[in-house]
Parts: sequence; structure tokens; C-alpha cells
Amino acid sequence: MTSEKTKTEAKTKMLKISLEKTGLLFEKLSAAGKLYIPVDGAAGASFEKWDGKAGEANKFEMKMSSAHNTVKSAKDVFFPQTEDLMRFRVNGKKIEVTDCSDYLNNSNNSNNSDVARADNSAQNEKTANNIILFGVRACDVKSFEVLDRVFLSEPCDTYYKARRERTVIFSMACAAPRETCFCTSFGIDPSCPEGDVSCIADGKYIYFEIKSEKGERLMSSLSDMSDISDILESIGDSDPESVASRRREIKRRAERLPLSGVSTEPFGAGTTGRYFSSPAWEELSATCLGCGACTFVCPTCQCYDIKDFDTGESVVRYRCWDSCMYSDFTKMSAGQPRLTRLERFRQRFMHKLVYFPENNDGLFSCVGCGRCLASCPVNMNIVKVMKKLGGGAGD
Amino acid sequence: MQRTDRDALVRRAVSLMNDGVCDRVLAWRRGEFSSDVSPGVFTDTESVEKELVRNFFCGANLSKYLISETEKTEKKVLIFLRPCDSYSFNRLLSEHKFNREKVYAVAVGCDGTADIGKLKRKCGALSDIKRRGDKIIAESLYETNEENEENEENEANGAERVFDLEDVLSERCLSCNLKNRADCDEIISDGGRDAVSERFFEVRRIENMSSEERYEFWRGEFSRCIRCNACRDVCPACTCEKCVFSNPSSGVENKAAANSFEESMFHIIRAFHVAGRCTDCGECSRVCPQSIPLHLLNRKLIKDINILYGEYKSGESVSQISPLNSWTENDADPSEVAELLERSRSK
Amino acid sequence: MQDKQINGYRPKIAAFCCNWCSYAGADLAGGNRLSYPCDVKIIRVPCSCRVDPIFVLRAFRRGADGVIICGCHPGDCHYTSGNYHTRRRMSLLFSFLDYLGIERERMRVEWVSASEGAKFAAVMNDFVSEISKLGENRRLEDVRCKEQTETRLSEER
Repeated sequence: MTSEKTKTEAKTKMLKISLEKTGLLFEKLSAAGKLYIPVDGAAGASFEKWDGKAGEANKFEMKMSSAHNTVKSAKDVFFPQTEDLMRFRVNGKKIEVTDCSDYLNNSNNSNNSDVARADNSAQNEKTANNIILFGVRACDVKSFEVLDRVFLSEPCDTYYKARRERTVIFSMACAAPRETCFCTSFGIDPSCPEGDVSCIADGKYIYFEIKSEKGERLMSSLSDMSDISDILESIGDSDPESVASRRREIKRRAERLPLSGVSTEPFGAGTTGRYFSSPAWEELSATCLGCGACTFVCPTCQCYDIKDFDTGESVVRYRCWDSCMYSDFTKMSAGQPRLTRLERFRQRFMHKLVYFPENNDGLFSCVGCGRCLASCPVNMNIVKVMKKLGGGAGD
Repeated sequence: MQRTDRDALVRRAVSLMNDGVCDRVLAWRRGEFSSDVSPGVFTDTESVEKELVRNFFCGANLSKYLISETEKTEKKVLIFLRPCDSYSFNRLLSEHKFNREKVYAVAVGCDGTADIGKLKRKCGALSDIKRRGDKIIAESLYETNEENEENEENEANGAERVFDLEDVLSERCLSCNLKNRADCDEIISDGGRDAVSERFFEVRRIENMSSEERYEFWRGEFSRCIRCNACRDVCPACTCEKCVFSNPSSGVENKAAANSFEESMFHIIRAFHVAGRCTDCGECSRVCPQSIPLHLLNRKLIKDINILYGEYKSGESVSQISPLNSWTENDADPSEVAELLERSRSK
Repeated sequence: MQDKQINGYRPKIAAFCCNWCSYAGADLAGGNRLSYPCDVKIIRVPCSCRVDPIFVLRAFRRGADGVIICGCHPGDCHYTSGNYHTRRRMSLLFSFLDYLGIERERMRVEWVSASEGAKFAAVMNDFVSEISKLGENRRLEDVRCKEQTETRLSEER
């Protein structure tokens, strides 16, 4: 939300960097904070901590993914899949309670549950104050707004907030959408993403536009570094035009996507009655496996469970992602509220398209990133739901 | 084009529904684009005619749906079984998971299915994919040349790329030489594929690594796991009503892997629970959003079973007994097993 | 107690013993004053076949460096065929864990009858010394379960 407020005040200020030098820039950025970039891997692209080193002839061990959106979103930088909250230990007649969130305040005696894992899931941050997320697509930037609504509204989630506030987002205009993308349906402009620093790349350069104070602060701290002037250049006279033409090109590309026509018009606040009892749910949910693939790759899904783990000598209370598709989701002593697969399936989509906008000024909790379309084992997804229900089946 | 074309399937489905034999049809349903095929339950002839599809992208194994679908009707459920599905069908039947009387099984041929992940990694965003004989023609939305490394796309819209079938075929189809083994009510075709690669090749490659390398390899694979449970939920051998991993009183229940131990434990226990029952249908690897080669776990167990207790193919018949439910007096002792397996490797 | 320490390290061993043979074998070893390291923690099970692979993994999770399953000799099972099932099951499990890069030497199945007190002690001595050589189980550990022990040990030192 900080980025929202300050956006308007920030002066339009542009810089550029030649593409071959991005590795050098990453080196500088990683000195200013923990840097995450999308990199290609065996399972497709994912956000990874940058640990490449500048080597011979501008070859870098770790390259930014040139291709598509990441398989998982970047949400686990703020909201890791599992996170220790506190630890209880019985000592004689006393119970000792330790706050496992120490590391959020940069203290040195954090409780480290698994060193290897913590390192790539943004846990146990000690050395660097900042987290820098580089190359976030427009859809994902929008998804942070959805997450902020949930976690930063009262009662505020301090774990999320601590990480969120320290994070500087370098967004990247999306020149490589997938056939599964439909962000434009949610009014997102892939060519002009929000974020603290908004970037756009053409064949030769990446252009930076500083959009918030946070971004401004980081960029000016960079400019204090030595030989940064060799890397970051000011823009020339012809550059604004090439940026504009690149933006037009990206927009054109987005318009041609097969799913660009999906309409959110029929959904939103106040439509519960129209869809809740629709007979279409039966057919839509018939082959859903009830796995959590869609929820876990989703950039806006934010449900979690809190559990206790008995280590033998103490108890660790931790939280982990949960999925409304699971049969034991929000299970209580009296059982679970949604007994059938149909009810659970309906909940997920109704929440994204109806309940969330109802409570959040019309903001949908789907950003059209297309991840669930790509990951679903049975290819049953939100687009099919929207087309079926929006196409009149609901009336 | 598949060996059994779509029209033959539609004709059979429609006439069986009109004759009142079946009122539910388990088949594949068309989606938004050619690669977007879902398993589907059809309840009227109109949607069968409009939406049923049979092509290179019909990956889903439909057998597991019989457990729930046969409960929903008084008549029969029509199911189309490819050669590999017939093994899962038999397996479920031998475990009494559904009532055979309520199923009308039709054998259909198969020419293999695509690994969509492979295709996407090769050509980025796809607008259309066609199959012409042994060639696959993929039409990209735009050209991304990963070979040129930098993100420089040519604006050549609709660029076509041609692949050899074997380059984009799913892993399970490459080593498939299965024939339909189910006792079907009707056979449209029982043609299958001929194997082009050896089934245990990858397993052997891993076995030949050092213990350290194997550990690193699997650590890397498991660390990507997001515990979405897709592998478990799609698996036709995983049919427990309550899985140990979602049963709070089992002592191992968890919703997400808190550390490397829990990541490994889930996959070790899952593979072991389906040992001797897994038909090697490959669904687990197909559905994994993180592309973990889970079939290599099951294949290791299958390979060991074959060597130690004799050739066994789960799902070959309904009456077979799993090697883990039986024994002989002369079975190898656990202390000799390592050596025995080693010897069979060097052969 | 025999000293099996190497550089101050003492392994933790979980021994699942069948109620009818091996547990009695352990008893006999004690009765005959045959010593085996106290690092071996015996868990009595009705039959070696009762040992679910989950038990083996849970033992490792809770800090075991080695797991040994002891049952009646094949053919002598109190329930006729339990140990035959153990034999197949554990053969596959150990080979499978080895495939994942977990040291095979950490797991063992031994047949010990009620009259073999000496064998029980010998097997345990041998297993403990082998695990001592291997060192701590790092590849299949749950760090959460180890932290406390480590802090306590360092306090003691």
C-alpha cells in the first residue's frame, strides 16, 4: 500500500541499462539487500535468491529467466509456505514461550528450523535489511495488493508486514505472456506494471521508471556505489519513444491472447444469489481431484493453518499454507463446514469472483496470471468456471 | 489422429445412452485450446456430441473416477479404456473399489499422449498444436528463441515449429508396449504403442550414481515439492478414504513440508504404500506442477520386485496377488539384497 | 558399559524387537550378563511384521542414527508368516532408501531367537560399532527434533 500512496508524488525519472550488464546490476542490488530474480529451472521458472557472480566476459552463473511467468508466484517471499511462530518448552513447573519471529527484527538469535530450506524461503533474515524482488510481472504486482488487503488490514499480520515493508519491487513489463494469461480481463496493463520501480525491456535495454519513495531510496543508494555510472545510464532523447512503442507492442500482444476476451462483467459484489445454487457447479466440479495445486501456485490465495509440532522436548507452533480444496480445511470439532467436493470447489471460485470483491470494494482476488490453468492436473480452472457461469448458466 | 478416432467414441456413447444402457460417460472434454483437455463426466448426448474429444492431449487416466461415478447412478457408467488405463481398471477391480456390474467398459486404441510441459518449454506460448503422422506441428503465439538466450522475440506471429513425435511424447508412452488387459464389454480397438525406450533406463542411471550423488539428486527434486497432493489425488492406486497424511491421529499428518525430512517422508511413504499395486501409469509425474519425476520412485520399486520376486506387472489381471501380500520360504534375506541387486545390474 | 564412542559421539539406535523371540533374546542376554551398548533403545512389537515403514522413518526423525528390526527366524514366526512379510517389505524399503541416497548400513534386519542371547549381544555390538563409524544421520533427519538435544549437550559440555 505504501507504493500506492507515494506513487503519485514520485517524479517520473527514468534510467536505463544495457541488457548485457544486468548481471553487474544484480551484483550491486544484492549488496543492497537479498535479491530474488526469476530463473529458469527444471520445472520452469521460479524466483530464486541471486547468488551469481560476475565472471569472464559478462557471463553470469545465474541468469534472469527470459521466458514466461514463474510456475509459483513470488508470494512466499512475504508469506512462506511454512513458518515457525513460537516455541513452548516445559521447564519444571514453568512453560517457557519463545517467539520465533525474532529474526523479523534482525536479531541474531533466531530459531532456525532448517537452515537449507530457510535460505531459499526468505526465512531467518539476518544480514540484509532489504528484500529486492526483481522482474515481477504486472499480474503479480497486482496480487500483492490483494494480499495486502488481507494481511495488512486490522488485525495486521506482523510477520507478513515486516517482510512486505522491507521489500522493494522491481516490476517488469510482460513481453512473453502465455496462452493461459488473461490479466487484461482484470484491468491489468501488462505493459505498464506498478511496483516501486517499473521496468520494461526491449531487445537492447532495460528501462527503469522510479515509482515510489522506496524505489527512489534504493536507486539513490545504488548511485552512491562506485562504478555504477558504467552500468546505469540516463536516458537519451529517443528513448521515451522506444519505450512507448515497446509498450504498444506488448499491449498488442496481450490483446491477441486466446483468453483475452474473458469477461469479469457478470461477477463481483452482490452476485452470490445468482451463482450459488447454479446447476453448473455439478459438472464443473465432477472431475476436480481436490488437490491443492491451484491454491499453492496462486498468487492471491492466502489461507493458512496453524499447527503444533511436538519435537519430543518442546512444541513448535507453526503456520503453513492450506487449501480450501482439501477435505480437512477449517476442520472443527463438529467436522468441516463443506462436506462435498462440489461445495469446496464452489467456495474457491465464489471467493475469488464474488465474496472477495464484495468485501473489498470490488477488487477481484484473481489477477489472471494463468498459473492455475497451467498447473491443474485435470485442466479445470477459473476460466472455464467464468465462461460457464458468466455465459448464462447461472441465471 | 488417434488410432480410435473421436467419431467412433461419440457414436458408441450416444447409442449406449439412447439405448438406456448408460447414463454417465467418462471421457475427455474439449477445453479452451487444443492442449486444454479435461477428463469429463457427460450426462447428456448433446454435450457428448459437442464436447467429447479424443486426441494427442487426452492424458488423464479415467479409471479412478469409477469409484465415485458408479455410486451416482442406477444404470451403467461408460468408460473408455486405453491400454495403460486397463491396468488401473483391473487393479481397482481386484481391490473391490467399484462394482463391475455398473460399468460398461470399451477398449480404445492409443498412439501416445503429449507431454505438454516439454512442448511448452520448447516453444513457449502455444496457439495451436496439430499432429501429422509422426510429426507434431506447434504454432507459437509468437516466437521466443531460447537458443538466442536474451529476451528478444521476433514478431513473427504464428510461427510454426515441427517436432518429432518422440521428442514431445510423455515419458510413460515412450516405454509403453501395453495391450488392453481389462475384460471389456466391447472393443473398438486394442492397438497400443511399441516401446521406443527402455523402461528402467533412468532408474539404472540413478542406481549407478554414488550414494552422495543420489542423495543430492533427490534432495534437489524433493525440495521443489509444494505438497499440493496432486500426485496422491490423481493416483489410481491411492484410494484410501483417509490418507495417513491427512489423518491427524496418524502421527505423520501434515499439510506442508516444514523441512527436508517431511518433504522426503511424504514421497517415501507414498511410493511404498503403492508398491506392488502401482501400475506405472505415470499420472503422478504427469500432474506434478513442479515436474518432479515421481515415476522414477515407483519404477525403482517395480524393478526391485521384478528382480527379487519374479516378473510382476500390477493390473495384468484381476485375480493376481501382489508380491507384497505374499512370500516364499526362499526369499532373499535383507542382508543379501544389496548384493543381489548389484549383481543383476552388472549383468 | 563397553565404550563405543568415537570422538565423543554416541549413536542412537532404535531396535524393534519381536515380542516372542528377539525381545526374549535381549532378556536372555541381560540374564547372562552379556553386555551391549546402552545406545540401543529397544521397542517391543508383537511381531517384526508390525513395523510399518513409517515407524522406521519416525525413528530417524526422532534422532535415531540406525534402525534395526529383530524377529524370529524365518519359519519360526509366532503368527506363522509375519516375518516372511517383514523380509520382503524391509528388503524393498532398504533398497529404496538406498536409492534415495540414505546410507544402507543404517538399517538392518536380524533374526534372533529367544535362546540366542549371545547372538543378540553380538549383533547389537556390531551394529553400534558400524553406526559409530558412519556417524550421525544427516540425510534423513528432522532438525526441529534435534535442536534441543544439541543445545542441552553443549550446555553439559
